[in-house]
Amino acid sequence: MQSNFLAKLFTITLLTFSLTVTAQFNEEHEGSLEEVNLKTKIKESINHHLLDTHDFIFFSDTETGKHYGFSLPVILWDEGFQMFSSSKFHHGETVAENNGNFYKLYHNKIYRTDAQGTITLDDHNHPTQIKPFDFSITKSVLMIIVTGILMFFAFVGMAKSFKKGPVVTGAGRFLEPIILYIRDEIAIPNIGINKYKKYMPYLLTVFFFVWFLNLFGLTPLGVNVTGNIAVTFALALITFIITQFSGNKNYWKHVFWMPGVPVPMKIILAPIELLGVIIKPFALMIRLYANIMAGHIVLMSLIGLIFVFQNWIGSSLSFVLSFAISLIELLVALLQAYIFTMLSALYFGFAVEEHDEAH
Amino acid sequence: MEIPAIVGAGLVVIGAGIGIGRIGGSAMDAIARQPEAYGKIQTAMLIAAALIEGIGFAALFAV
Repeated sequence: MQSNFLAKLFTITLLTFSLTVTAQFNEEHEGSLEEVNLKTKIKESINHHLLDTHDFIFFSDTETGKHYGFSLPVILWDEGFQMFSSSKFHHGETVAENNGNFYKLYHNKIYRTDAQGTITLDDHNHPTQIKPFDFSITKSVLMIIVTGILMFFAFVGMAKSFKKGPVVTGAGRFLEPIILYIRDEIAIPNIGINKYKKYMPYLLTVFFFVWFLNLFGLTPLGVNVTGNIAVTFALALITFIITQFSGNKNYWKHVFWMPGVPVPMKIILAPIELLGVIIKPFALMIRLYANIMAGHIVLMSLIGLIFVFQNWIGSSLSFVLSFAISLIELLVALLQAYIFTMLSALYFGFAVEEHDEAH
Repeated sequence: MEIPAIVGAGLVVIGAGIGIGRIGGSAMDAIARQPEAYGKIQTAMLIAAALIEGIGFAALFAV
């Protein structure tokens, strides 16, 4: 029985980490240029996994130049809505023309140019062309929508299965203990048993949202949503807004005029507390972004190392190392979701704390 | 690729490593004293470790 279980566990782990199996590469025999080509190809591949693009490419064949994937719609606001498919960009090579305006992709951002697609750079190497407001459905936006739909079906299905009886069936069996854990160990200890119910929807949403998106980032699809600082900024902003709007008189008193402390200290403490109000959500944003981004960079670099070492020992060691790191990244995915949720609950708890006699 | 940046990054990692190492150490001591509180101690240890790692990463990215 023990070896059967171990065999199953090993198979499942190995299958789940097919990520490292997608390390395919076409050998090019070009003599001295081989080293330079290898490094640029690795850099391009890493960038493809880390950055957000306007099309969803699963696999590019570098020899024939064919890309297997699909293009996503580009939606711009440039004196009126401009909508076109990103296939007009041809992966950044051509200028897209729509309603008489010309747009060009430069470093994955869209700029309005002329028919030749000139991009002039100023002193700081930033393009001088206008960048219209970009509301496109990019790869990250598509993954957010997919995750939202997945979460919707998973949890609404679970809620419906409660009508049939008190014991939940199907995938809910996996989700229910997690939801109870969030309620009993994260929400109630931090927010208090009287007021936690209002914040449970947000805490549950943010936990599963961050966790599922982190997990999607570890798949070979090459999506990197939570490693995008705009996404983590939005999540931290929502936490910030909820904390400020649910702050009661006690909370604001603690920020501006802390009770139980002599007056000179109060005057010194007020700016520090005010800074703290901003810095705490800021740290939430940076923590999630840096953890996920750094994890992806390390993982991609180690996979790239497999190709830099063209011998048996180096490549197999790199493979083992990248496999181990991807296991750690699994842990980090869950841990970062847990930390984000727990700190959000902590900040909500500060905001709604009632006056206790200790002060 | 400048030397001060590299030295700074190294110092940040040393700081984070020492901090998380100490937390791990005291967590082990606490678990040895009271093995039934293993769950709570592990939770607290992971939270503190993630916070320190957050600062470490932020400093590393700034460098």
